[in-house]
Amino acid sequence: MSVSSALTTRRIYICVGAGGVGKTTSAAAIALGLAARGRRVALITIDPSRRLAGALALDELAGEPQLLSAEHLAPAGVLLRGEVWAMVLDPQRTFDDLIRRLAPDDATRERVFANHIYREISGAVGGSHEFSAIAKLYELDRSGEFDAIVLDTPPSRNALDFLRAPESLMQFFDAPALRLLLAPAGLGARISSRAGAPALALIRRLVGVDLLSEIALFFAAVGSLIGGFRERAAAVEALLRDRGTTFVLVSSLEREPIRESIAFAAQLRQAGLDIGAVVVNRVTVAAPTSREPAAGGDPSATDARRIDEVSLRAALGEELGAIVAASAERAERLARHDQAGVALLRAELGGVPLATVPLLDRSLGELERLGAVARALFNDLGGGKEL
Amino acid sequence: MNERSPLAPLDRRLVFVVGKGGVGRSTVAGAVGLLAARRGAQTIVAEVSGRGELLQRFGVADEEGEVEVAPHLWAIQIDTARALDEYLHEHLPLRMLADLVGATRLIGYLAAATPGLREMLNLGKLWELAQTERRVPGTHPYDVVVVDAPASGHSLALLSAAQTFARTAQGGPIARQGGRIDEFLHDREQTAIVAVARPDDAAVTELLELRQRLSDEAGLALDLLVVNAVSREPLDDGQTSSLRAALDQGGLLDAGARLAVQLALREDRESQIEREQIARLTRDLPDIPLVELRRTEHGELASHELEALADQLAAVL
Repeated sequence: MSVSSALTTRRIYICVGAGGVGKTTSAAAIALGLAARGRRVALITIDPSRRLAGALALDELAGEPQLLSAEHLAPAGVLLRGEVWAMVLDPQRTFDDLIRRLAPDDATRERVFANHIYREISGAVGGSHEFSAIAKLYELDRSGEFDAIVLDTPPSRNALDFLRAPESLMQFFDAPALRLLLAPAGLGARISSRAGAPALALIRRLVGVDLLSEIALFFAAVGSLIGGFRERAAAVEALLRDRGTTFVLVSSLEREPIRESIAFAAQLRQAGLDIGAVVVNRVTVAAPTSREPAAGGDPSATDARRIDEVSLRAALGEELGAIVAASAERAERLARHDQAGVALLRAELGGVPLATVPLLDRSLGELERLGAVARALFNDLGGGKEL
Repeated sequence: MNERSPLAPLDRRLVFVVGKGGVGRSTVAGAVGLLAARRGAQTIVAEVSGRGELLQRFGVADEEGEVEVAPHLWAIQIDTARALDEYLHEHLPLRMLADLVGATRLIGYLAAATPGLREMLNLGKLWELAQTERRVPGTHPYDVVVVDAPASGHSLALLSAAQTFARTAQGGPIARQGGRIDEFLHDREQTAIVAVARPDDAAVTELLELRQRLSDEAGLALDLLVVNAVSREPLDDGQTSSLRAALDQGGLLDAGARLAVQLALREDRESQIEREQIARLTRDLPDIPLVELRRTEHGELASHELEALADQLAAVL
């Protein structure tokens, strides 16, 4: 299967990969390509660093899907038959929304919101980010408003937590320890009675009584929500395994991203999740300066693009000729290195369709760049400029 | 400013290396550690919540505890559960240790649910490594501890853990110890923070944001900026216009040469964009010293790369 069709046949695309490999731009380009094919696409990022807004040439992205006008996207040079709706996820708000929906009554809801342990857990402290993201994914999918959803995730070290999020949340709420805390004569009572179990005495000694009572209050407050949470987490996990969902592995050709991509693919496979495509960014494509014929090539072949340093010096002068020759040589080394990297990824990820995106000129505008990436991923977008 | 060279983070006992994912934070932390060790300091590089990337660089993946990786140089993967265990053994009376077994899972859940506790334990372990008198039996002191901190947002959580935890717990021994740790972090004789970025828009923006948040939320300042993977100096204006003129002049260059000139101009645009990003850093953070590290060749062996970067750092630190 080609990357182009792998990126068309599903409903949900989750872009994962190491930091700094161009994940956000790739996610945006996939959304653009899907919209070109007439889909109504939601593009979600959980990266708090405004990268998606930047990639889409917007100053700000809202916490709710916002339609990007065809006019705004025009510089990308892609004819849109569908729509792109983009949003940046606010984990705090998503988590709050979830509590609002799951809370049996107003009083419970207010008790949870007022608990400062809840504020800390649902806010900046990691963990719930990932759960919030897939909770939102699930919600958007269920809403039926979109034909396709593309999710941009945080860098892979966190994306592992991301995959485990539904499971670990369920385990958390399933824990016997938690039931102990939530029992009618649970933690709260034990703390005040001083005759608590030895384990609790130890914890009390460790973290202090105030914190312990806060935690007890927190669990008491969320106790009634647990059933709902468990259901939601199970549904979300099922969605990740749904046939309509696929993971898109994004990599560059530097050493660490390659290594992380290979490791990440193994983890996805082990978890039984589908990898639909691999996107390799910033590939130096041409090796225009072959001083020696390529390995296995015909040594007598004359390469029109072959560079002769002597004639370069003659045409440009000693100094400039040498500068240009050195630059061409670097480009060739990079191209060889990149070819080897792509070959390695192909071998390690055998069978998964792989697309390479050429290194783009940095003087391109954001949307032109986005269009160029989309054309590298989808083979029939047309209207493209040669880069 | 104190009388020491401002470029002397290696004089401090605890050096945090922070930055966005993908900018080469682990590599820079490894190179800083290598340089300190070369100069004879007993040094340990500590990786927090990573996947052993740094340890792998030194060829000792998946080992527990403090591992010697080179002369004067050790490495450790910070393990929260182990840090908790060490903490409990140090602080609890013997009679209570027997209860530990039953409590471990419960404590694990609480650690997951308690804001800042995990970061607090990691931070406590880093602080412990940096003490002249070590608390963990069978260990020895270090002159320098270099921390490969987690990516930006998580670094902030780590560096502000002592404060966050004190605010949440409002008492208790961990929070009390947190006060001492926080003091150590704010003592610029003891602790340095090195921020790493690449010369691109996203990494520079994130570094500037991180600096602001470290200052606002943790009251901490950066001691050194490292711009990693700088490619080369741009050409001068005369050179670029000569190259453009050569392209415009039909017949001067054959097809291969034209392509080479186009490549050189494109490479030069990259270099110019890099200069603009570095200029942004020096403009916005004029008081923080900045070091540039040249990009190492793709495919270079990991260990050579660290040595090469340590050489570059040695010239300026």
